[in-house]
Amino acid sequence: MHKPRMQLLASFDIAYLQYLDERGSPTQVLPDFATADSLCRAYRQMLLARLVDGRAVKLQRTGRLGTYPSSLGQEAIGVGIGSAMQASDVYCPYYRETGALLERGVSIEEIFAIWGGDERGQNFQRAPHDLPICVPIASQILHAAGVAFALQYQNASQPLRVAVTCAGDGATSKGDFYEAINLAGVWKLPLVVIINNNQWAISVSRNAQTAALSLAQKAIAAGIPSLQVDGNDVIAVHWAVNNGIERARRGEGPSLIEAVSYRLSDHTTADDASRYCPQSEREAAEKLEPLGRLKQYLCSQGVWSSDHQIALEEELAQVLERALRHYNHAPKDAPNALFDHLYARLPEAFYDQYDNLLNCSESHS
Amino acid sequence: MSEITLVEAVTQALAFELQADPRMVVFGQDVGANGGVFRATEGLQQRFGRERVLDTPLAENTIAGIAVGMAVQGLHPVGEFQFMGFIYPALDQILSHATRMRNRTRGRLSCPLVYRAPYGGGIHAPEHHSESTEALFAHIPGLRVVVPSSPARAYGLLLAAIRDPDPVIFLEPKRIYRTIKQQVADSGTALPLDHCFVLREGRDVTLIAWGAMLQETLSAAEQLAQEGIEAEVIDPATLKPLDIHSIIDSLEKTGRCVVIHEAARFAGMGAEIAAQIGEFAFDLLKAPVWRVTGYDTVMPYYQLEDFYLPSVTRIVAGVKEALDWDHPRSRG
Repeated sequence: MHKPRMQLLASFDIAYLQYLDERGSPTQVLPDFATADSLCRAYRQMLLARLVDGRAVKLQRTGRLGTYPSSLGQEAIGVGIGSAMQASDVYCPYYRETGALLERGVSIEEIFAIWGGDERGQNFQRAPHDLPICVPIASQILHAAGVAFALQYQNASQPLRVAVTCAGDGATSKGDFYEAINLAGVWKLPLVVIINNNQWAISVSRNAQTAALSLAQKAIAAGIPSLQVDGNDVIAVHWAVNNGIERARRGEGPSLIEAVSYRLSDHTTADDASRYCPQSEREAAEKLEPLGRLKQYLCSQGVWSSDHQIALEEELAQVLERALRHYNHAPKDAPNALFDHLYARLPEAFYDQYDNLLNCSESHS
Repeated sequence: MSEITLVEAVTQALAFELQADPRMVVFGQDVGANGGVFRATEGLQQRFGRERVLDTPLAENTIAGIAVGMAVQGLHPVGEFQFMGFIYPALDQILSHATRMRNRTRGRLSCPLVYRAPYGGGIHAPEHHSESTEALFAHIPGLRVVVPSSPARAYGLLLAAIRDPDPVIFLEPKRIYRTIKQQVADSGTALPLDHCFVLREGRDVTLIAWGAMLQETLSAAEQLAQEGIEAEVIDPATLKPLDIHSIIDSLEKTGRCVVIHEAARFAGMGAEIAAQIGEFAFDLLKAPVWRVTGYDTVMPYYQLEDFYLPSVTRIVAGVKEALDWDHPRSRG
């Protein structure tokens, strides 16, 4: 049988990065940014994300919040992303983003408002250029590519402002993902795409999503650099995102990061993961979660103690209570908000419906 | 002032605004060196550079999605879809994002963008190159749907669309891209959106049509005039929001209305116009609102497309039915 002789056209590698293993032991020399101060701060932000998240689930269970997608177990990804960005960069989040949103300056009240059924939560007061959270899977990655184009177009001199976006593992099956990284590659856009590979797209597991060995390797097809990191290691996530952002700032184009983690919760409060997620797998994943290992590392360095922990928990509980009071006492948006932001100026053709709404809302009240 | 075609008017409006507004960028498939498959962007890349007139990879959803990202950061993107028949992968971005960003963020971010697409049949094109699905877009809250029907309106309405602070889909009737010439001053003057244009005055019946179908409609009005029937012809131009008041003003005179469109009849724009007339001007009607439209079939390959598209004959017949209609209660 004829066997053709072929030449090697190209070969590719996918790197994997980890600094802290699951016991909190460094696997290599830590980067310069990993000071006691910065890691204590990261730990604080991760704990805050976890507490906000847990409270959101409780609020939903008691009828005070709508459906909520928990980020439990993926706090290192959000905090790693947010801490690597400058305020002037632009973030294009998806919906499982509590950690990153808090880092971007989005308030707890705003996060609760979004999931409490109030668009005003998306009007981020302290992140005015960031996009609102995005629900249709992967569609935000195209927005991020457009944002990156705009940032480069408006000021092409380096250092560039950078667009950063995040999406789940399921998103890498969608056309928007491929289209966006493909365009970003060919237009050399200042964009960093992070994949939160939490192993589940509702009930479909990572291995049922794609035959690809890693999600990072999907970047190869788009001609852009990528790597896989331990998404439960905030040092690794921060390093990778920062590295991608710095590349983009220098005008060297986009990159992709796959952050491997695990969804330690249901998909949302409307889901029941026990229907499809093996308990043993989840229990194994719990041992890898990001907060414990960072705390252990900090304790091993003598910069964290149970006193620190108690003080922090008290401080964050107060932060949360304050936010909750604001959330509980926020007056409901006026019904005319339905029309007020539909267009810059409401066209005449809508006046009848607008009047109808006002009349009906008066008779309601 | 020279006479130009509709497609040249599009190019002229794009060039005027590219010159006037540094925030504007133009992109799509083959819009660069090739000037677009219909030459609507002819010469723009040479004149304004590759930074502002860009070829995208072949992905319609990309065109729609990046426009959102560009617009929310302050650019004025104008994306071209090569044919309306290929726009559907982009529906998600148009429907889920471009038209909702202002509302979702309570005015913090907005999408001043234009999606252009050649649309409609009658050019003997392959499958998927001849559809007119404007009603799909008119159903989307937050969107403006604009259809020019002459070189002057293409120029003025496209300028208005680009300058509008909200997303506009601008559907260009490709059958008449080059069949009509008109003197158009390149003065940068926009025409008003959300307003009908009365193209011909008449007292007997109101004909409503847009895009290429106005050619047949105006011919039908000529033919009817020879029989002593004076038809008023209205081009809504902005299909959404719809200027129903101008249509009702006309009905005050005529009391009869025929809507003509290429698109399929069921849940088409004709249904919306008829429903609004019924709601707001029922007492003016001497007959039901008639529709002369494409059939509720798949747009055929081109050998049969003339059977699908409303013809002058079909329009005249529809008008006569509307004129002949007597109210059952008045029949005794």
